Amino acid sequence: MGMTMTQKILAAHAGLDSVTPGQLIEADLDLVLGNDITSPVAIHEIEKMKTEGVFHKDKIALVMDHFVPNKDIKSAEHCKCVREFACKHDITNYFDVGEMGIEHALLPEKGLTVAGDVIIGADSHTCTYGALGAFSTGVGSTDMAAGMATGKAWFKVPSAIKFTLTGKPAKWVSGKDIILHIIGMIGVDGALYKSMEFVGDGIQHLSMDDRFTIANMAIEGGGKNGIFPVDEKCQAYLKEHSMRPYKVYEADPDAVYDEEYTIDLSTLKSTVAFPHLPENTKTIDEAGDIKIDQVVIGSCTNGRYEDLRIAAEILKGKKVKKGVRTIVIPATQQIYLDAMEAGFIRTFIEAGAIVSTPTCGPCLGGYMGILAQGERCVSTTNRNFVGRMGHTESEIYLASPAVAAASAITGRISSPDEV
Amino acid sequence: MKAACGTVFKYGDNVDTDVIIPARYLNSSEPKELALHCMEDIDKEFIKEVKPGDIIVAEKNFGCGSSREHAPIAIKAAGVSCVIAETFARIFYRNSINIGLPIVECKEAAAEIQAGDEVEVDFDSGVITDKTTGKTYQGQAFPEFMQKIIDCQGLVNYINQK
Repeated sequence: MGMTMTQKILAAHAGLDSVTPGQLIEADLDLVLGNDITSPVAIHEIEKMKTEGVFHKDKIALVMDHFVPNKDIKSAEHCKCVREFACKHDITNYFDVGEMGIEHALLPEKGLTVAGDVIIGADSHTCTYGALGAFSTGVGSTDMAAGMATGKAWFKVPSAIKFTLTGKPAKWVSGKDIILHIIGMIGVDGALYKSMEFVGDGIQHLSMDDRFTIANMAIEGGGKNGIFPVDEKCQAYLKEHSMRPYKVYEADPDAVYDEEYTIDLSTLKSTVAFPHLPENTKTIDEAGDIKIDQVVIGSCTNGRYEDLRIAAEILKGKKVKKGVRTIVIPATQQIYLDAMEAGFIRTFIEAGAIVSTPTCGPCLGGYMGILAQGERCVSTTNRNFVGRMGHTESEIYLASPAVAAASAITGRISSPDEV
Repeated sequence: MKAACGTVFKYGDNVDTDVIIPARYLNSSEPKELALHCMEDIDKEFIKEVKPGDIIVAEKNFGCGSSREHAPIAIKAAGVSCVIAETFARIFYRNSINIGLPIVECKEAAAEIQAGDEVEVDFDSGVITDKTTGKTYQGQAFPEFMQKIIDCQGLVNYINQK
């Protein structure tokens, strides 16, 4: 039986010629990731283990991104715990304030994630690196601890759903609209325990930033991972960012999929997920008159250069609606600098938005943009669960950077064509 | 292996980790402190009413969303002895086993058991008994290695004992 791209990567890392769905395997890890929320729990666990140190000081990444610069004393204690651990074990890839960025934007940019890798991270959006042709998946802190100690993790080999993307998306349709469309189609548990494998000639029209966004939200469809083929655009990205050798895997022609979907990207419209699930999608022309109080443009889903470029294109020379707090968060220091040099930061500030240092803060209701009772936010983040960004009676509408920027100008959910 | 026995708290589909333990409390990783806010954004009464041994029954995709291990930690520290659902989100499933919180998938039990029922779960056989209605259900029994992890109160103790 042929194998999917994911199955081939897993087989190679388990030292096996082939694997089948449902098989339990132990795989070697190329990278183990944690952040300032999940790592303290993992460190507590690893300190209880009867093991010496960590498996490889270069293959662990600790990124302080959720509650930094620290929002309160407890967050500061958490970061201190991770900082001391990183120092004690001489962890090469420890990223603190000044060097940090949002983990899933930072690690590809630093060249730490490449095609063919097996990566686990104690953060559910670890699936982002599938954009580079890697197998990567989110785990909890205990798995992270075991991974840091042993360099291995057990997996149940997933079956897969194949999404064939054809055609060229329209001007304002981005990776975010594509993945929201897919989640609307399959539901938030449509890919539970499974790989989401993206193929097709439509992919050539997607920037790497579009692909990161799509792979990033595989988890919102319940997926174990999302993965893209390694084409010329991807190889150019890898060569630009990483010195590490990479390996290209391709699905067998006779690979077996549980389900197959074909999506003509040229037919898609800007898409918005209504409260309180990412599957509650409507196209922008179905959205109706929804007045908003806040806009967030950023996060591991949509805080990259291309996202800021699109937002700046729409906001250039315009003003955000009075009363709509508009928060722009470049995902890494490099993206911040690039956006500054391109003039985007000036555009945002002159439009009446604020620009923050990289942080996950508002996405998960940590800080930097908490919603009051009854307030509504258009956000380029990834989850619109009850209370995710603040009060349990606040509402989050997930959208692309283009829709978010347009909505900031009008004060209601709007198409970029309106402004 | 011991069985779980307690009163049921019942929830629907897609109970996410943000309502199980909201991120505003993730500046702590202390189980007892997390337990104080367990289920707070979906059921404010839960933490006032839950007793040691009680059982959560929910429908599809329980524990979806974030990878925060704080979610099963909060449920376990609140005294819950078992979670039954039609399906679990995969990271939550792994995390629960890894910290020693018993969880069982059973579609029929998830659909029929009601809030307030007295329920018993035998982990060896996977049999779920609703003592209030007298009905029994066959849930998925744990593979042996998962039973051992739960018996050891989590993966770390299990690895240490190997």
